[in-house]
Amino acid sequence: MAAIQAPAGPGTTVPGPAEPVSPPAPARRSRPRLGTGLGVGLAVTYLSLSVLIPLAAVVWRGTGAGPAEFWRAVTTPDSWAALKLTVLGSVVVAVVNVVMGTVIAWVLVRDDFPGKGIVNTLIDLPFALPTIVAGLVLLALYGASSPLHLNLAYTQVGVIVALLFVTLPFVVRTVQPVLQELDRDMEEAAYCLGASPWLTFRRIILPNLLPAMLSGAGLAFTRSIAEFGSTVLISGNIPFRTQVAAVNIVGRIESDQMTSAAAVSTALLVVAFVVLAALDLVQRWGARRG
Amino acid sequence: MARYPLRAVALLYLLFLLVLPVGLIAWRTFEHGLGPFVTALRSPSAVHAFEVTLSVAVWAVVANTVFGVGAAILLVRHEFPGKRILGALVDLPLAVSPVVVGLALILIYGRFAPVGGWLERHGVQIIFSLPGMVLATVFVSLPLVVRAVVPVLEELGQEQEQAAHTLGASRWQTFRRITIPGIKSALGYGVVLCLARALGEYGALAVVSGRLVGQTQTLTLFVEERFQNFDQPAAFAAATALALIAVLTLLLTRFLRPKD
Amino acid sequence: MAIEVHGVNKSFGTTPVLREVSVDIASGSLTALLGPSGGGKSTLLRVIAGLEQPDTGTVVISGVDATRLSPQRRNVGFVFQHYAAFKHMTVYGNVAFGLEVRKRPKAEVRKRVAELLELVHLEQLADRYPAQLSGGQRQRMALARALAVEPQVLLLDEPFGALDAQVRKELRTWLRRLHDEVHVTTVFVTHDQEEAMDVADEIVVLAGGVVEQVGSPHEVYDNPANPFVMSFLGPVTRLDGHLVRPHDIEVSATEQPGSRAATVVRVVRLGFEVRIETRVDGEDVWAQVTRGSAEHLTLDPGDTVYLRPVSHARTLAAA
Repeated sequence: MAAIQAPAGPGTTVPGPAEPVSPPAPARRSRPRLGTGLGVGLAVTYLSLSVLIPLAAVVWRGTGAGPAEFWRAVTTPDSWAALKLTVLGSVVVAVVNVVMGTVIAWVLVRDDFPGKGIVNTLIDLPFALPTIVAGLVLLALYGASSPLHLNLAYTQVGVIVALLFVTLPFVVRTVQPVLQELDRDMEEAAYCLGASPWLTFRRIILPNLLPAMLSGAGLAFTRSIAEFGSTVLISGNIPFRTQVAAVNIVGRIESDQMTSAAAVSTALLVVAFVVLAALDLVQRWGARRG
Repeated sequence: MARYPLRAVALLYLLFLLVLPVGLIAWRTFEHGLGPFVTALRSPSAVHAFEVTLSVAVWAVVANTVFGVGAAILLVRHEFPGKRILGALVDLPLAVSPVVVGLALILIYGRFAPVGGWLERHGVQIIFSLPGMVLATVFVSLPLVVRAVVPVLEELGQEQEQAAHTLGASRWQTFRRITIPGIKSALGYGVVLCLARALGEYGALAVVSGRLVGQTQTLTLFVEERFQNFDQPAAFAAATALALIAVLTLLLTRFLRPKD
Repeated sequence: MAIEVHGVNKSFGTTPVLREVSVDIASGSLTALLGPSGGGKSTLLRVIAGLEQPDTGTVVISGVDATRLSPQRRNVGFVFQHYAAFKHMTVYGNVAFGLEVRKRPKAEVRKRVAELLELVHLEQLADRYPAQLSGGQRQRMALARALAVEPQVLLLDEPFGALDAQVRKELRTWLRRLHDEVHVTTVFVTHDQEEAMDVADEIVVLAGGVVEQVGSPHEVYDNPANPFVMSFLGPVTRLDGHLVRPHDIEVSATEQPGSRAATVVRVVRLGFEVRIETRVDGEDVWAQVTRGSAEHLTLDPGDTVYLRPVSHARTLAAA
């Protein structure tokens, strides 16, 4: 199972992407005890009732009528358009985040200016803020009554901006610790060997940041395809134009089209799973090289 | 290396994406002083929304905290087949869209669903009612306490607990007097994260609550409903209240964050 | 002169780290910057490399004023205590880096890297990553990397500090041999006086940001300029208000002109040498003699012996 690592919430440094909550070195007592059995049983029951069984129901309902039905539901014109917009938009968002997230992390680690601490704390705001509030604040600034005279309501750009807001911390928080721990000696060695600061960044720093950037991008992508609340207000939810997958699903639910809703949901889950599995693989490959 | 341009780019990006939008809402809310803000939040539906939010959040946080500590101990201190899977399953909610969470709960606990139907016949309504909202909130905030506690529990090591055992402490005594104090701050951190997440949930609740004003409307649903009904002052006021809670959460977590 | 440092002052914040330091380093020599930790040696090395800027003073490398030049333009090779290996590149990649930066043709790069890997005996490991090498191997790779671009000057900052004692001794000898082969002006920083005396042609003793003495190992050991240098470079003991080397003390059973009476406290036999700890007028003084000499003396605790510096001994008035 892919190590799913979305940042846990405000103020976290995203724990290193390669570590799932899963266990470290084995405990010294290795015989499963009664307490263990009971504990596992309770935990599994709790998980099942709240997470596993409901999710299984979604997948079951979405795919239960066979692959052809599943595909038909997913490729219904409005759902397909929503999925396309969602996935493509999330790719754009992931790419922008890789660039801007790295820039911000760089500034936070290497630069110094008054108020840096506040900026550092602010980065986590999108984690803490309810998505509907995020949507509202963005609409206020970039909607019809925008003081900047920049009206992004009902546009795809507006959707992108909303997604950028909620995914802001991901790449920053994965890159920041790596940048912090980077051996400065390597850069100095490169300078002495004749490399300019830019060349040093390109050939020495960047390759060492790449795993963190990728993992942050993956997290940003998975968060972005799932996003609902922040897009609802600014996008106007126009089918075929600005309707994201999550909104499409809600539409289906409200029309009591549970099977289609489940099918589109399953599609989203599959995409998320694939991306996270790919991430996990890339990390293992990267870890092998020390 | 290109220090000022980089700094400018970073700060401008943050200004236009983060600071200005949030600042604008706060401005609009307090433009005419504290009065309208307080009035809007004193309305019956706002007060009720707040009560609903709080009770749902508290239930979810308590449940996830108990689960979280237990699961963390299981994952760190015990051995059993399938441990890795359990760990991965705990992380699962992070990858699921909140509306899918809502759908998932409807399919099992809805009136026409197997479990839901049976419960309905016995007088328990899950969907479109508080229990369903609690379940949804439990789902989305499930991993948070576990993930906060696990690294600290690992760091702590078993030796202190073993020392307590050799001195005659029972399992429960050891837990209460050695383990809990050891993970106190990480636990606090996890609980605050969980609470923040619970207070801020929107998407799953939008699906699962039925949005019944005065009954199953949380503060987040209140924001949206008021806005759609052209009651900007109320929507903004509630949004600002939620934003203030968010900022408070950020500051709290800064203090509580386990020092790495 | 390969390197001329003149009047360099450097402070970090309000703490002065280098004070009016002037040093000349001869072309082709192997020089040690020796001194206690925090004495400014690494800072001086980094100033020469261009990794730090002096507050005042000049650095001239091969006749060219390099004071304001960036490290990229000084063509100095630098080897770090913790290797600074490019961990995402193979050994080959590391060594080739400087040449690739200078845009040398691929064939030339390949040839030169092969030469260097052979020089440092890492030919078999060209495709490995630094994480897969031992500390000693990484440091040899770092040396090869620095030498690849034919620097005018090779600077090493406590190059063996992170290695085990055994590996340290091996690499020490190996560095000396390498220098004899390659003849690049080399400066290395160490706090280990044995290392400095073993390897270097010339030693610069630096403490508290000040140059205490410059000379060959023989000179700084036998003719120390001041008590600090004397104590740092070798063993000392105090006799009659003077610092003298324990092995320069003559121990006799009978009184001699100029000798002082001493009561034997303890005798330690360490293989070839014998260490005699005594008390002279309430002060602890120890002497080091050979086994042969010790056999002619009765040395039981409580006995009286007579100590005086050997005629050719260098003594300094104690500080």
